[in-house]
Amino acid sequence: MERVADNPLAGMTVIVVTVIAGMVLAVLPMPDFVPPELGFLRPDWVAMVLVYWLIALPHRVGILSAWATGLIVDVLLGSLLGQHALAYVIIAYIALNLYQRLRMFTVWQQALVLFALLGLNQLINFWIENIAGDAEWRMWYLMPALAGAFLWPWVFLLLRVLRRRLAVT
Amino acid sequence: MAGLAVLSVILMFVDHVTDWLDESRAAMTVAVTPVVVIADLPNRSARGLTEMLASREDLRRRITELESELTLFKVKTEKMAALTAENNRLRDLLGSAAKLQDNVLVAELIGVNPDPEVQEVVIDKGVLDDVFIGQPVLDSRGLMGQVVDVSRYTSRVLLISDQEHSVPVQVLRSNLRLIAQGTGLDQKLELQHVNSTADIRVGDQLLSSGLGNRFPVGYPVGVVDRVKHEPGKPFAVVTASPSAQLDRSRHVLLVFTESRTPEEATAFTSGRSDGKSGR
Repeated sequence: MERVADNPLAGMTVIVVTVIAGMVLAVLPMPDFVPPELGFLRPDWVAMVLVYWLIALPHRVGILSAWATGLIVDVLLGSLLGQHALAYVIIAYIALNLYQRLRMFTVWQQALVLFALLGLNQLINFWIENIAGDAEWRMWYLMPALAGAFLWPWVFLLLRVLRRRLAVT
Repeated sequence: MAGLAVLSVILMFVDHVTDWLDESRAAMTVAVTPVVVIADLPNRSARGLTEMLASREDLRRRITELESELTLFKVKTEKMAALTAENNRLRDLLGSAAKLQDNVLVAELIGVNPDPEVQEVVIDKGVLDDVFIGQPVLDSRGLMGQVVDVSRYTSRVLLISDQEHSVPVQVLRSNLRLIAQGTGLDQKLELQHVNSTADIRVGDQLLSSGLGNRFPVGYPVGVVDRVKHEPGKPFAVVTASPSAQLDRSRHVLLVFTESRTPEEATAFTSGRSDGKSGR
């Protein structure tokens, strides 16, 4: 396995590629046989990848990267420019304040915190849609956060393996 | 952090209220197009695989089927052409301006908005193919929606079933004019403000009425599937199912109508010669 520790640019590439992978998962069309209601279960993959890197490498991925990523997601999903950016900035801020504690947590404890973060993310997006249009609050809006929390251990382990193997620092 | 948050809020406000950011959004959309294309790959390759694995027998059968269908449609088109000509002649006699001549461009679906609350798709034609905001989109069975966002290579189409989309329609049988609003996830249309005594029943065909100058006249929009009169309420609850296969069509048609008003024509399609609209 190639080591990229000495090359900060290569490390950054790994981070960018995982974020792009999150974006692909975010817009991946569901196969036709899946009922469209299942779309409510789709977690915010980009936010999860971001939170991982914020915890693991806070000196690399910060609030500014979160904001830029959010803008790109806005373009990708056609939402108001700044909507996801704002949500990501806020969860990044919280994650950065908690990262030392989060590293000590077991993966399921982290999942619980992630549920709160992703729930806040959903809530911010809902507020903005509510102000700009007339979205109606449904408990469904929290489903992606729940799904994200359940998927967190696997995302976490996968990204950690990736980070250690490729020695991204 | 606070600075970026404030900046986001300002951006959102500007984006919501004005169209100043449309150009930069279009430019950024080009940059993220690869992500959409990659996301479409599994679907695309699955279809490619099915085609590759199809047996000779199947393919031959399909070709025969399509050929007979084509013959049928050719006959119909010829009849249509004659009728269109006659219709235009009669309209000329009446001195009315509407022409029934629409040009279409075929586009392919490359993405679907992942939010189930938003009925929106992404197609593979953009500014380069003269697609414009507000352009009507059809599939082979009826009206699908309209373009709401264009970039160089792709555009975003809001479907008629979206909760924030309404289309002016007309009942074919009784010429009753109504507004059909989308209902979101269950992909139905809800007819607004239908008088309890209005002449409408289950099975009525709804056509686009062309009012509002957004959609062309006479394309099928849906079929009424439920009429419910609620005692004590001024309006009846009427729903319709869209004629277009909103969740299944891979190929859609972008309509270039020639009977737009001159101002719109110049504003939307600078450079496109549009001589007939000035009548």
